[in-house]
Amino acid sequence: MSSVHECPGCGYQYHQDLGDEHEGFAPGTPFDKLPEDWVCPDCSVRYKEDFQPLQ
Amino acid sequence: MVKRNMKTYALATDAGDISYTDTKRYLWMASLAYALMPFLGIGAHALFGHQAWLALPLFVAYVIGPILDWWLGEDENNPPEEIVPLLEEDPYYRLLPMLTVPLHFASLIGAAYWAGTQALSWWGVLLLAVSAGIANGLGINTGHELGHKKTQLERNLAKIVLAVPAYGHFSIEHNRGHHRDVATPEDPASSRMGESIYKFARREIPGAFRRAWAVEDERLTRKGVSVWSWANEILQSYTVTFALQISLIAAFGWVMIPFLAIHNFLAWWQLTSANYIEHYGLLRQKEPSGKYERCQPHHSWNSNHKYTNLVLFHLERHSDHHAHPTRRYQSLRNFKDVPRLPNGYNGMFPLAYVPPLWFRVMDPRLMALPHIDGDMTRVNIDPDNKEALYAKYGVAGLNENLSATEAA
Repeated sequence: MSSVHECPGCGYQYHQDLGDEHEGFAPGTPFDKLPEDWVCPDCSVRYKEDFQPLQ
Repeated sequence: MVKRNMKTYALATDAGDISYTDTKRYLWMASLAYALMPFLGIGAHALFGHQAWLALPLFVAYVIGPILDWWLGEDENNPPEEIVPLLEEDPYYRLLPMLTVPLHFASLIGAAYWAGTQALSWWGVLLLAVSAGIANGLGINTGHELGHKKTQLERNLAKIVLAVPAYGHFSIEHNRGHHRDVATPEDPASSRMGESIYKFARREIPGAFRRAWAVEDERLTRKGVSVWSWANEILQSYTVTFALQISLIAAFGWVMIPFLAIHNFLAWWQLTSANYIEHYGLLRQKEPSGKYERCQPHHSWNSNHKYTNLVLFHLERHSDHHAHPTRRYQSLRNFKDVPRLPNGYNGMFPLAYVPPLWFRVMDPRLMALPHIDGDMTRVNIDPDNKEALYAKYGVAGLNENLSATEAA
């Protein structure tokens, strides 16, 4: 599983190593453990399944 | 060629040189002037002595504004995609919305000072509250532009400017709620065909607050923090509102209570008006997965009218805003073949305030959109008016529904 996923709309990146402190995802939280109805926290117009794995 | 008072961006690419001149570059400063509109009335009152002059900002907004939009017409220019990164990085454009933040504080404090210190009758105070409320409804627009951006400075300034009209829940509600649910029956900030603005407001104002609180509660619960804590970004903004408005009551007396109530409501009403006209009747279709299709350009009403777009940081190029919510105002594009409003927002707002006129102008426009083409099943419709609207417009859609039911 890739550890970085990018929003194809606005370029927001979710790094598994960093998590997202503001959103309440602890460092190390894998992308596939994010809620299924999760949307991009920056633009809100791309769904979880739209995110592209980067590496 | 570089024209005076305009800025040309040039870029050498493999496909040749690309250049773009932003003819609106310095005109964007209109947003700064508009935030200070109450001072136009105060100045005229001070100069000519009669409190009726306090109505001058209303005259500018609702009479001069629509005339200018009609007279100056539309601007369909788009920056080339290659130039957009240059525009987005230009600090001049970034600075303007930030500079309007203190101006919104100034217009509220200035109008409150005038209401609290001059010998005005009740309708003089009312005019001041209304004109300050309209100017600071524009503060919600500034908060909108700033709140969509990715820098912490801009997001913090959004919380601060939203404190002026007491609408600190807007950034969360709008970014995480409205943009996710736009043009669906679930969105309290998308109006339905057959729904008057007065009915819409009763759904939108409380619905927006409830959704913002729920989204923030969910985020804070994930962090293991109580929603009743300083980490709650809604409460952070409300704290600034409380400090500001209590100070005004302490400084200028009890007249501030009705003054502030009217001011706050009028500012909210500007947002309600914008929300009402931006997605009227438009509907995203559900995919087989049960999720709604991604928001498309035809899910927003647009206007390219010059004057109101300058005042509103290109808010009226609404389709591109919903496609790319983090894109800055100077780079928002006009799309061909998107739903179009016949005038800018300042002309459409008064039309919305007279529901029979609004329905008469907008319902036929809605039904004629290429992706709807008379099909009522593709319209976000007010359930209470469904039968009447089907009877009036919906023969095609009704027939389709009936044959689908018979086939099943």
